Amino acid sequence: MNFLTYLISGISLGSVYAIIALGYTMVYGIAKMLNFAHGDFIMVGCYAIFSIVSATSGSPAGMILGVVAATVICTLVGVTTERVAYRPLREAGSPLAVLITAIGVSYLLENLALLIFGSDPKSFTPVITWSGISIGALRIQGVTIVTIAVSLLVLICLTWFIGNTKSGQAMLAVAQDRGAATLMGINVNKTITMTFAIGSALAAIAGALQCSAYPTLTPYTGAMPGIKAFVAAVLGGIGSIPGAMIGGILLGIIEILGRSYISSQLADAIVFGVLIVVLLVRPTGILGKKIQEKV
Amino acid sequence: MALLEVNDLSISFGGLRAVDDLSFSIEKGELYGLIGPNGAGKTTVFNLLTGVYKPTEGIIRLDGEDITGKKTVDINKAGIARTFQNIRLFKELPVIDNVAVGLQNIEGCMYSTLDSILHTPKYHKVEKEIRDRSMELLKVFSLDGEWDIMASNLPYGKQRKLEIARAMATSPKLLLLDEPAAGMNPNETAELMDTISLIRDKFGMTILLIEHDMKLVSGICEKLTVLNFGRVLKQGVTKAVLEDPEVIKAYIGE
Amino acid sequence: MKKIKLSKEHKTYIMVIAIYIIVEILMAAGVLSSHIKGLLVPMVYYAIAAVGLNLCVGILGELSIGHAGFMCIGAFSSAIFSNLVKDILPGGIRFLLAFVVGIAFAALFGFLIGIPVLRLNGDYLAIVTLAFGEIIKNVINAVYLGFDGRGLHASFTSASAMGLDAGGTTILNGPMGINGTPRDANFTIAMLVLLITLFIVQNLIKSRDGRAIMSIRDNRIAAESIGIDITRFKILAFTISAAIAGAAGVLFGHNISSLQATSGNFGYNISILILVYVVLGGIGNIRGSVIAAGILYMLPEMLRGLNAYRMLIYSIVLIAMMLFNWAPGARKWRSRVFGRFVRKEAA
Repeated sequence: MNFLTYLISGISLGSVYAIIALGYTMVYGIAKMLNFAHGDFIMVGCYAIFSIVSATSGSPAGMILGVVAATVICTLVGVTTERVAYRPLREAGSPLAVLITAIGVSYLLENLALLIFGSDPKSFTPVITWSGISIGALRIQGVTIVTIAVSLLVLICLTWFIGNTKSGQAMLAVAQDRGAATLMGINVNKTITMTFAIGSALAAIAGALQCSAYPTLTPYTGAMPGIKAFVAAVLGGIGSIPGAMIGGILLGIIEILGRSYISSQLADAIVFGVLIVVLLVRPTGILGKKIQEKV
Repeated sequence: MALLEVNDLSISFGGLRAVDDLSFSIEKGELYGLIGPNGAGKTTVFNLLTGVYKPTEGIIRLDGEDITGKKTVDINKAGIARTFQNIRLFKELPVIDNVAVGLQNIEGCMYSTLDSILHTPKYHKVEKEIRDRSMELLKVFSLDGEWDIMASNLPYGKQRKLEIARAMATSPKLLLLDEPAAGMNPNETAELMDTISLIRDKFGMTILLIEHDMKLVSGICEKLTVLNFGRVLKQGVTKAVLEDPEVIKAYIGE
Repeated sequence: MKKIKLSKEHKTYIMVIAIYIIVEILMAAGVLSSHIKGLLVPMVYYAIAAVGLNLCVGILGELSIGHAGFMCIGAFSSAIFSNLVKDILPGGIRFLLAFVVGIAFAALFGFLIGIPVLRLNGDYLAIVTLAFGEIIKNVINAVYLGFDGRGLHASFTSASAMGLDAGGTTILNGPMGINGTPRDANFTIAMLVLLITLFIVQNLIKSRDGRAIMSIRDNRIAAESIGIDITRFKILAFTISAAIAGAAGVLFGHNISSLQATSGNFGYNISILILVYVVLGGIGNIRGSVIAAGILYMLPEMLRGLNAYRMLIYSIVLIAMMLFNWAPGARKWRSRVFGRFVRKEAA
C-alpha cells in the first residue's frame, strides 16, 4: 500500500514538473534557447497568488482571482523578458549570449522578489482546499488529484492548440525551420512571443499547484523545480510535447521513490543519474529525434 | 596494381540504394573525374571512400590495403584526404594554422602533449619545422601572402584553395576534390585547373574529383566515371565518355 | 631601433604580476579593509576556474555547466588529505601534496565523465555536465568518512554508523562537511597558481594539441577528415579543464577551515557564475576571463554600500552588458561611435 501512495505522490509531483517542462520544451523547440529564468517565472506566479490570497484573506473568490492574476502577470513577465532581453540577442545568433542573459534575468527576478517580499519564507495558503478521497486504506489528497487532472487537461489543450490552430501550426513551422517559415510568410517574432506567453502562463499554473503541495515560498522557490523540469524536458526529448509530459512524470516518480526507498539525501543525485543514463543510451532523450549532420 | 580499387560498392538509406554496385579503379598519378547529374550519388561515393558512411556491400582497397568500413580518421592516416562541397575550413584559425593542423600526424611534425604544455626546446624546434612546411605549401597555392589572416576572411576562391592545401598537408596518396570549381568565375576556374595540374605534377598526386564544370573535366581529367541514379552509366577515357550518346542524354535530358 | 613586441600571452603574465604587486603594496600600506582582504583569494580561485572553463567553452567549444562539481572534488579530496596528514607533514609540503591530490582527483573525474559525456552535443552536453555537478555535490553531502587506529571508515547513513573507535576522528561529516582544515591558502600562493594555470592554458593553445582542439571546435567533420582523433583531444581538453577547476577547489578548501558542499559553494549556480565570467570576458579570450572574474567578483562587494540593491544592480549590469556586447543594434552603434579607434588597432 505504501508503494502505491508513493507512486501517486510521484505522479503528482511529476505532473508539476511536466507542466513546467512543457514551457521549457516549447521555448526550446521554437526559439532554440534555454530559458534559465523559466523556473523563476513559477516563483513570480506564486508570489502573485500569495499577495492576492493574503489581501482577500483566503476567500474562494480571492483564490480564483489569484490564479487568474498570476497567469496574466507571468505571461506579461515572460513576453516582456522575451521582447527586451532575448529578442535583440537572438538576432545576433549566439545561443551562449542568450543563455547568459537568461541567467541575468533569473538573478533579476529573484532579487526583485527578495527586495519586495524579503528573504524569510512565506507560508502559502493552499489554493486547493479539497481534502481528497479514500479508497480503502489508500488516501489520495485533493491537491494530488487536482494536479494530475490539471496537467492532463493542459496536455490535451496544448496538443489540440498546436494541431488545430493557425498559431499552433506556425509554431511547428518555426520549430522546423525558421528561415523557411519566414519565407512562407509566418511572423517568426510573433510566434516566439506567443510561445513565451503560453510557456509563462503554464509556469503560473505550475506555481499554483506546487505551492499548494509544498506551501512555503521564498525568492528561490522556482529555481530547483525549474532545473528539474529542464532535466525532465531533456529526458523526454527536448522539443517534444509528449516527451516533456513523460519526462516530467517519470522524474517525479523517480524522485519520490528514490527519496522514500533509498535516501532523501541522494534523491536529487538519483534523478540526475537517471538523466545521464538515458542520454547515454538515447543521446536525444526518450522521444527526441536523431539528428545527423549532413556532409 | 591500381592505387584505388572499388568493387561492387553499394549503400542503402532506408530502402533507397544511393550507390548501387559501383566498381572502378584509379592508377597511381591519374586524374580521375566522377561526374553525373545532381543527386546521382557522387558525394555519397566520397563519403563512403572516407568512412563517413559505412557501405552496405562492397570493398574499397587503397594501395592494396582493405579500408572498407574504417573510421574517417584512420582512412586519412591510410592516405585519403578530401575537400568538401560546402567549404569546411577552421574559420577561427589563421590561414597558416589551417594547414599546420593538417600536419598533425606527419613524421617530423609531432611532439608530445607535455611538449605542448611546457613549450620545451623540442616544441620550438618542431614548431619551426611545422611553420616552414606550412608556408611552403601555402606558397604552392599562392596563399603565403595571407598566412596570418583568419580563414573566414579569405575570398571565396582562396578558401577553396586553402581547403586543398590543408588536405595536401596530410600527405595523402589520393586526393578527393568535391566540386572544387563550384561558385568560381571562369578566371578562378582556369587558375584552379592550373593548380590541380600543378599538384599532380609536382607531388605526383593521384586525384579523384567531382565536378559539374565540363570545361574543367574535359580539360584535366584523363578518365571518367559517369553516375546516374547511383549506378555507373559509363566509364572510360574522358573523350570517349563525353561523346557517348547515353551520357549526353543523361545530361541534356535532365 | 627595433621595438620589442610583446605577445598577448606575455601581456597577460605582466598584467597578473602587476595586479599582484599593486595589491601587495596596498596591503602593506594598510589601505585594504580586512573584508576586502578576505575576498582576494576567492577572487583568484574564481579567476583560475574561469580560465579552466574557458579552455572547455572557448577553445574546445563545448558548454559545461558543471565545473563547480570539479571544484568541489578538488576542494574535498585535498581537504580530506590535509586533515589526514596535518599532524604528520609540515605546512609547505602538505599544501603542495594537497594540490597534487585535488588536481589528480578532479582530473580523474573529468576524464571518467568526459568519456561518455563528450559524445553528446551542445545543450545536451550542458545539461549532463550540470547533472554531474549536482550529483557530485549531493553524494559528498551524503558521505561520512572518518579514521581511527584501524584505518579509514565510511558510511552513507550517519557518523555513528561508521563505528569509529573511541579515539577516532570524523573527517567528512555528511552535510556538515569538513572542519579543521589547515588554512594554507593565501593571496601569494593563489596568484602563483593562477600564473601556472595561465602558462599551461596559453601554451596549450599555441601548440599542436591546441590547434587540433580548436579545429574540432571550428569544424568537427573537417578535423576528422585530416586525421584528428576527436575523442582523444576532446577528452584531453576536458580533463585539463577539470583539473584546473580542481586546483581552484584546492584553494577554496584551504581558504576556510569549515567546508560544506552547499549549493552556495558548489551548486550549479556557481558553475553558471564561472560561465558568466567566461562569456563576459570573451569566449576563447583567456586574459578576458581573468579580468572579468576579477571585476565581476568584486563588483557586488563594491556595491555593498547599496546593501539590498546590490544583487539587483548586478543582474541589471549583467543583462545590460550582454545586450551592449552582443545585440546587433548595439554593435552598430558601438562601431559608429568607437569605429575609428577599433580600426586603428586592427591595422
